[in-house]
This record gives sequence, structure tokens and C-alpha cells, in this order.
Amino acid sequence: MEALPNTADAGMTRPRLIDDPRDLLRHFLGQGYRILAPQERDGVIDPAPLTEPEALPRGRVDDQGPGHYRLRDGDPDRWFDYVVGPSGWKAWLYPARRKLWSAERTDDRLTFRDATTAWPKTVLFGVRPCELAAIARQRRIFAEGPYVDTAFAERLERSIIVVVQCARSAPTCFCASMDTGPRAVAGYDLALTELPADHGAAFLVESASQAGDDVLHTLGGATARPRDHAAALDLSRAAAARQTRTMPDDIAGGLKLRLESPVWADIASRCLTCGNCTLACPTCFCSDVEEVSDLSGDHAERWQLWDSCFNSDFSFIHGGPVRSSPAARYRQWMTHKLSYWHDQFGSSGCVGCGRCITWCPVGIDLVAEADRLMAEGTD
Amino acid sequence: MARPKLAVWKFASCDGCQLSILDCEDELLAIADRIDIAYFPEASSRMAPGPYDLSLVEGSITTADDVARIKDIRDQSRTLVAIGACATAGGIQALRNTADVAEWTRLVYPRPEYIETLATSTAIADHVRVDLELHGCPVSKAQLVELVTAVLAGRRPQIPSAVQCVECKRHGTPCVMVSHGTPCLGPVTRAGCGNLCPSVGRGCYGCFGPVEGANTDALAAQFRRLGLPEAAQRALYGGVTCAAPAFAAARGRHD
Ligand code: SF4
Ligand code: SF4
Ligand code: SF4
Ligand code: SF4
Repeated sequence: MEALPNTADAGMTRPRLIDDPRDLLRHFLGQGYRILAPQERDGVIDPAPLTEPEALPRGRVDDQGPGHYRLRDGDPDRWFDYVVGPSGWKAWLYPARRKLWSAERTDDRLTFRDATTAWPKTVLFGVRPCELAAIARQRRIFAEGPYVDTAFAERLERSIIVVVQCARSAPTCFCASMDTGPRAVAGYDLALTELPADHGAAFLVESASQAGDDVLHTLGGATARPRDHAAALDLSRAAAARQTRTMPDDIAGGLKLRLESPVWADIASRCLTCGNCTLACPTCFCSDVEEVSDLSGDHAERWQLWDSCFNSDFSFIHGGPVRSSPAARYRQWMTHKLSYWHDQFGSSGCVGCGRCITWCPVGIDLVAEADRLMAEGTD
Repeated sequence: MARPKLAVWKFASCDGCQLSILDCEDELLAIADRIDIAYFPEASSRMAPGPYDLSLVEGSITTADDVARIKDIRDQSRTLVAIGACATAGGIQALRNTADVAEWTRLVYPRPEYIETLATSTAIADHVRVDLELHGCPVSKAQLVELVTAVLAGRRPQIPSAVQCVECKRHGTPCVMVSHGTPCLGPVTRAGCGNLCPSVGRGCYGCFGPVEGANTDALAAQFRRLGLPEAAQRALYGGVTCAAPAFAAARGRHD
């Protein structure tokens, strides 16, 4: 993010109205930015490099449910009625596999080389409010703690974030109960709200940073009126009201009182320990490092790759894995995400995006399981 | 330092894993520089006697003669690595393990009396101590090269123990079960192939064999929700790793 939102001289530009989101894309392309934006590929919509504004998946809608995702045609005139895809922005900001460094052995010395690749100035276009919250939570971990992942920090610093506010929630969304959506209020550079067809203007564009202000100035367009704001807020309220899942309020404390609940074993009987939930989750941040060497033994590399607390090797120490049972591993995932994350990082580890529900191959539902645990008595 | 001596052995198999060794074209010359390929009849008529530092064993044990031969190979090998689905799980030929072998022999061969075979096809580890198993049908070239590299460096080879689903997520492959309802054995299958099948939109058919702790019951519940008939579920587990214990048990439950 180029600047913090709503400081004295940033984010002060009055919101504008634009007719076509492609104007914004053309603006950024003209300025030499790389654009990452949601596009359809292999039956899903996920961010990918966009060179042609026409590539936006206009008119497409994602049906999501536990263990279920399908794209279908929706209203052909609507641009952003789909919500979040499987990989999201995490795969870009925190790549699944990354070479950290390489080393060369010559007769008298070892030479190490940083393998970090450059991140061009980039626009993250179409970030959803829950995803914005997830990016902030990963930034807290990677860039705001005592040990900074400088590559992650640089990727964010060199990125402009354009949020798309959600007008539609999927049945798996529960951001409203996690206070992360469906409307983002800060932390972005620009935010688009796609107004209803009968409103007369297509998009409300708000800025929350100097970079956002600069874009608004160049874009032109009419200044938004109070009724445009009201329409945008109504839309967000309606999207929130349509959410069918709600995380129990007292889950963070409640889980700590239920560590011995029989529900854990019941979940484990249905769970594949496949780790899809953790890897699809936009805040999960665990990784492994692997050393590779070549046949000569003179060249070595260290790679970082996504790992999951569901892998039995993840907690393997001398003598065996710390969490040997599937029940212990599911409990680790859920209690860390929903409870211990608060103690560790000052917020929930869950932003309510619903990915873990959709992308669980057997449809285990985090919210339903949270409800069941809370319905059971304490230990 | 003398170059380590390598031997490559074949039992009941299709030779595909041995071809994977030959297919390591880019690395093969470098390997041959550093390792004495002492015994590899598929590649060379030179057959130097043992003992060998590293034996790669392809194929399953299907005859009484095999049983004796694998013991002899074990005695001559410092490190013995079973390679491929046949050597690690019994291969497709292990379908006989749950069938009437005499009847199959009669159906297949015009002169069944010439056939001398065991009633089962079994993995190398069922007969001798195996130091490491490389899974897959065929084995992964990358894993073969990693094995040789590790042996030369005197370190442990990096062979993943994770489940196939982890590879889908690392490769950015949308889950085929979730996004188009295609049955997939990935959640119960060990990673290592490089995500071959799901990355082209197919379900994994388990050629790397069961992952540790495979929960085939949980997967069966989802297959039923997807409307997959029992016979189709049974067929899914009737592939090249059908005799790996977790898959054999899952297959048995769909009888
Ligand atoms: S726990 Fe699930 S719903 Fe929450 S942020 Fe992670 S993937 Fe999204
Ligand atoms: S909850 Fe679902 S996605 Fe997560 S490990 Fe279990 S089966 Fe896999
Ligand atoms: S496609 Fe198969 S292997 Fe990949 S995530 Fe889905 S179930 Fe797992
Ligand atoms: S995806 Fe499964 S069946 Fe396909 S090659 Fe890999 S392990 Fe074998």
C-alpha cells in the first residue's frame, strides 16, 4: 500500500463516479503497471496478470457451498457478482514455492546469492474486503513483527490495492460476523462499488491514499452525490444481510474451554487431513524450507514452500510428531485460527472468506463445526 | 574415492521405471561420471558382479524364483531401494491377490500347465528389508535424481511424505472434486508425482500409493454424495496400487 489511509493529505479527494471499470485498468496499463486481476481459468476465477481489460470475467457468478464451486452465467451487465476464488492474492504476495538463496562451492570458498526476484510495480485489482483484511493479517505477521520477510514487505510496498466492494455474498461468506466485510472502510488505495443497474451511474470510486487521490484526479468523472453513497451503503448492508453463516461471538474464548470436546474426534472421522483448508486460507502462513543440491555437490539451493499443520511431518521432532492424531491436527487449525491468533497477533486469524468451507474436498464447514463445539458443554 | 556401484534389477513389471532412469537424459551422463553403473541389463550388456553400493529394484514378487532372487540381491546390496508401484505395492498384477489365480491362468494362457506362479503379487518390502521406497507408476525422474544425488552426498534424500492435495494447492490447481465433481484419490494419496493428473483436470488415481493415515472412509462418504456408485468406487481402488494395505482395505469395503 502506497500510503496509510485518511491521513491529513491523503484520501481527501471526493469520491467520483465512473461508468466502466476498464477505464481504470487502461489508466494503470498506460502508466506501466502490471495488473493482477480476477480472471477465469480452469473453471475458477482467481487473480492473474491482465493485459487486456476485456479479460475481466463480466457476467460470471460463482456458486459456492461446502466442497462445491461452480461458475455460471449471471446478469451479463454486472462486472463483479462473483466473490473469492481458491488461490486469491496469497499465491502472489506469498508464493507457494520460492527460492530463497543459492550457494556455490569453489576451491577455496562458498558464495551465497540472494534469490529474491524483483516485484514490478503492480496493481492488485479487485481485492475483496475479506481479502484486504487477510492481506493486513499476513502483513502483521511477515512485515510488522520482530523478523521481517523483506520480500513480502516489498511486494506490498510496490503494490496499489484496488478493492471491489461486495454486492453479492456467496453462501459460504461470513465476513459480516468477522467484521471484515462486505464493505472495506480503510487500508486500500481505491475502492469500487458497483451500483445497482437502476441507479443511473455504474461505479462509485473512493480513495483512501495519496496514490488513490492521484488516480482519481487523472480519471475525472462526476463527483459522487450523497445518494450515491447511500446506494453503496445499502448495497453492502443487503449483501451482509444475505449471509447465511455467522461465526459464534464467543468462539475465541469458548474454544479454549472445549479442548477435550468429543466433537474433535467426530470431525476427525470425517476429515481427510488433506490440508486444503489451510492452504486455501488467505491468512495461513506456515512454510517449510528444503535444501536441494545437484549431483556435483557444488551447487545448493534453499527453497521455501507452503506447509500445513495437517501434514504429519509438520510437527515432527525427535521421537515423532507432536500432533499425531487427526483430531489434534484439526483442533490445532481451528483453535489457532479462531482463538490463539488473538493472543498472538491481536485479531482473529479468520476473515470469513469461506474458502476453507468451499475447498474442503469433503465439505467440512468451519462455522457449522464451531457451532457444534459451542453447543457442547465445556470440558 | 572409488565410484559407488549401482545395480538395477527387474521383477514382475513393465520396465517403465527402468525407462524412467534412462529418461533422466540431462543428468544421466553426470550420473555415469560419478557412479559405476555396474549392472543394468536394460541399458548395457556389461554385467559386473556384486556387491553393489546401491540397488534399485523394479517389479513385484510373483514366483518362487523371485523370492530366492530378491534375497540374494539384498545380500549383495549395501542400500536397496524399491522403485515404482510394482515394487512398493505389488502393481496392477496384484489384482490376482483377490482372485482365483488358477482360473485366470486358464483364461489367459493356451497352455496353463507351463505357468508356475505364486498366488499373490507382493511388494519387495514383504520379502526383504528395504532401505527406501520410491513410489509412482512410473517413478518420478526428479525423485530418482534426488536419490542418487543424496547417496553421493551422503545425506537423506528429500522425498515428500505429504498428501497429493498439498501439491494441488502449491501448483495452484483448482480442486477437481470441488470445481467439477470429478472423483479424486488425491486426498488419500502420497505426493511426489508433481501433481500430474489434477493439473490436467483429471482425478488422481493413486499411483503413488496411500499417504500415511489415509482416511478412505471420509473420502467414500464424499464419493457417495457425488453420486459415485459402489462399483465405480471399487474400481478406483483397483489400479496399480490396489494391494497397498489402505487401498486394498478400501476396495474390500466396496465389494
Ligand atoms: S479460516 Fe476459512 S473462512 Fe476464515 S479466513 Fe481462513 S479460509 Fe477464510
Ligand atoms: S477440514 Fe477438509 S480441507 Fe481441512 S484437512 Fe480436513 S478434509 Fe482437508
Ligand atoms: S484435485 Fe484431488 S488431489 Fe487436488 S485438492 Fe482436489 S481432492 Fe486433493
Ligand atoms: S496424480 Fe495420482 S495417479 Fe496421477 S500421476 Fe500423480 S499419483 Fe499418479
